[in-house]
Amino acid sequence: MSGRAQALLELADDELVLGWRDSEWTGIAPSLEEDVAFSSIAQNEIGHARALYELAARELGTTADELAFDRPPDDYRCSRFVELRLVPEWDQTIVRHYLYEVADGVRIEELRRSGDSEIAGLAAKIDREEVYHRIHAEMWIDRLRGSREAERADAAAERLYPLALGLLDEALRPVFVERVAAKTGWDFSGEATAPRGEHDDGWEPLWQEMTEVRRSEPGAKW
Amino acid sequence: MVFEVFRQERKGQAFQHAGSLAAPDERFAEEYAREFYGRRGESQAVWVVPREAIHEIDDFADELERNYHRVDGYSLKEKLRAARERAGTSAS
Repeated sequence: MSGRAQALLELADDELVLGWRDSEWTGIAPSLEEDVAFSSIAQNEIGHARALYELAARELGTTADELAFDRPPDDYRCSRFVELRLVPEWDQTIVRHYLYEVADGVRIEELRRSGDSEIAGLAAKIDREEVYHRIHAEMWIDRLRGSREAERADAAAERLYPLALGLLDEALRPVFVERVAAKTGWDFSGEATAPRGEHDDGWEPLWQEMTEVRRSEPGAKW
Repeated sequence: MVFEVFRQERKGQAFQHAGSLAAPDERFAEEYAREFYGRRGESQAVWVVPREAIHEIDDFADELERNYHRVDGYSLKEKLRAARERAGTSAS
């Protein structure tokens, strides 16, 4: 597989799995308004995954659905950071959401500068939606850090930050570290991060769930 | 806090009340309004207004029953029917 397809799959897998985890809040978010807003963000992430899979699929001679749902669990390249099931911890969910949006912003900026016009074009499109995700993440992180629960946010950051670094290639990490520190003062960049493609125990059950319907009728046209 | 949202469907049209939402502050209200009333391309723009900022007036004096001031005071329908009957033409 080309480096291009590999990079697209990493990104698509992150977006699909995060979208999936975020969608677990549908119906149980802290308020009705937030339920709609957060579900919509989850849906956007899955939409981004679809567009990225389609780009990779054209190169690999397959389809977005096959890439998203028909690969064996060990082939997925998502980061452990997005795999974590955080329901019902809203504070941790918000901290992950914020760290993800910062990292994703850094990554997308890089892709917009790509010499590959398809990738640069898609990155620009994705970024126009991500603007609103960042607004959402930042207003929540400000609220959480300004509340009595600020210490819980700090604790969540200590746990999640090293994993978030695993989203980015080493060359891009300093931008992430700088942006997060400027807003929150958090910097746990000294900790070991998780290499991409290494999954933990929650991954297999998540994959089972994600692909359950698709596997129930292999080859069906949905 | 409760915010009232007004939606403009097309440029130049009047804003109309779309609904209300609960949000802890204006930043949240704007983000929620975008999701509730804008993300399907159904609005050109929205106004997000804290409910307290709205002055409601619901007392109107009309002590002398001057019903010709009111939109329902002059029933054209009745008069039209009577006129049609006199002219011998049916109502439709």
